Amino acid sequence: MGGILTLTVEHLVLSAAGVGLALLVGIPLAILITRYRAAAGFTMAVTDVLQTIPSMALLAALMIYLGLGNQTLVVTLMIYSLLPIVRNTYTGIISIDKGLIEAGKGMGMTRWQLLRMVQIPIALPVIMAGVRVAMVTAIGIATLGVLIGAGGLGAPIWRGMQIVDSSMILSGAIPAALIAIICNYGLAKLENAVVPRGMRVSSPAKS
Amino acid sequence: MLWLLQSGVMRVSEFISFIYSNLDTAAVATYQHLYLSFGSVLLGMLVAIPLGIWLTDKEKLAEKVLAVTGTIQTVPGLAFLGLFLPLLGLGVVPSMTVLFLYSLLPILTNTYTGIKGVSPALVEAGMGMGMSPRQLLFMVKLPLAFPVIIAGIRIASVYIVSWATLAAFVGGGGLGDPILTGIMTADINFILMGAIPAALLALTAGWILGIVERLAIPRGLRG
Repeated sequence: MGGILTLTVEHLVLSAAGVGLALLVGIPLAILITRYRAAAGFTMAVTDVLQTIPSMALLAALMIYLGLGNQTLVVTLMIYSLLPIVRNTYTGIISIDKGLIEAGKGMGMTRWQLLRMVQIPIALPVIMAGVRVAMVTAIGIATLGVLIGAGGLGAPIWRGMQIVDSSMILSGAIPAALIAIICNYGLAKLENAVVPRGMRVSSPAKS
Repeated sequence: MLWLLQSGVMRVSEFISFIYSNLDTAAVATYQHLYLSFGSVLLGMLVAIPLGIWLTDKEKLAEKVLAVTGTIQTVPGLAFLGLFLPLLGLGVVPSMTVLFLYSLLPILTNTYTGIKGVSPALVEAGMGMGMSPRQLLFMVKLPLAFPVIIAGIRIASVYIVSWATLAAFVGGGGLGDPILTGIMTADINFILMGAIPAALLALTAGWILGIVERLAIPRGLRG
């Protein structure tokens, strides 16, 4: 049983690492393309195409260049997490009521203040919805990590399938399903919690 | 730079000759992949569209059903296959079952919200013309909701084509087979032989259904 707990924690850490890296790259990228709209369509198209590559294939292709192990899995998870994060940050920021931006400008806010004090707080629930989708997807893809020698709950599932041992499969499949459901639920709660106080009329919690 | 270009060209030509000599394997895998994905999306449509229509006047129940399909959606694919393995064994049946379950949510959500989103004024107009509930459904609500329903089918198809690679884990065939072989033997040619057609199929499905989506807008509503 101890083994399963360790694998579960490892699974969560790997997934969170991929999503975390995607946040570090994706949020600045999304903010950048709200300022240079011409690049937005192109960026979205690229992330869209990346999304259609089957995860197993991308994992395998990256393995050839990055080698076996956790680092390859984390890079793969980052790539798949980019789309929901970039898309939601971008649409979250550009769909803010123009009046609110004007109000900020009228108060003499600099571009940076406007971003930090108006745009990001208002877009935060939408950004969080992107993070939720990214995290659930990452937990799913991380189960494939076993193929390239990464850790996590894929190992008991994969080994159980090889030797047709149901209880071994379930010892990986049940915790993997549970953490995905729990993360989805918890992050949805967080999504509602980050709605700025002044804006709590209806929450735009749409993925 | 030149070296990079040269090795790139060599790679591509090596891959082309590899595909050429393994054309049979690639064709079989692509064919299996197609029937796995389109079979499960078709099944998903057959269940989710009538269910979505039926749920439109049962809001409480609809919320519950959507919550259940939403939860199904969050379960990792490999875990799902694992959960079904003791029940359904290996092969095409468990693969299709899992893919079918994944296709339900987008189609169901879009059917439901599409019909719900039809302007009440238009429904009233239909009623005013003396339409029966059945006529109202087939002549007003469904045609108006059609683009949204097609969008759900498009989203489901793009995902399912990509996820169908997982079928290889349980002996269901498809383009996951060469990818898995490639991983086991660390051979990029096999990986690409599965990955490129799978990505192309997903993109093509998205593109074609995107066109259908635009064509499905009733003539009176085109801007």
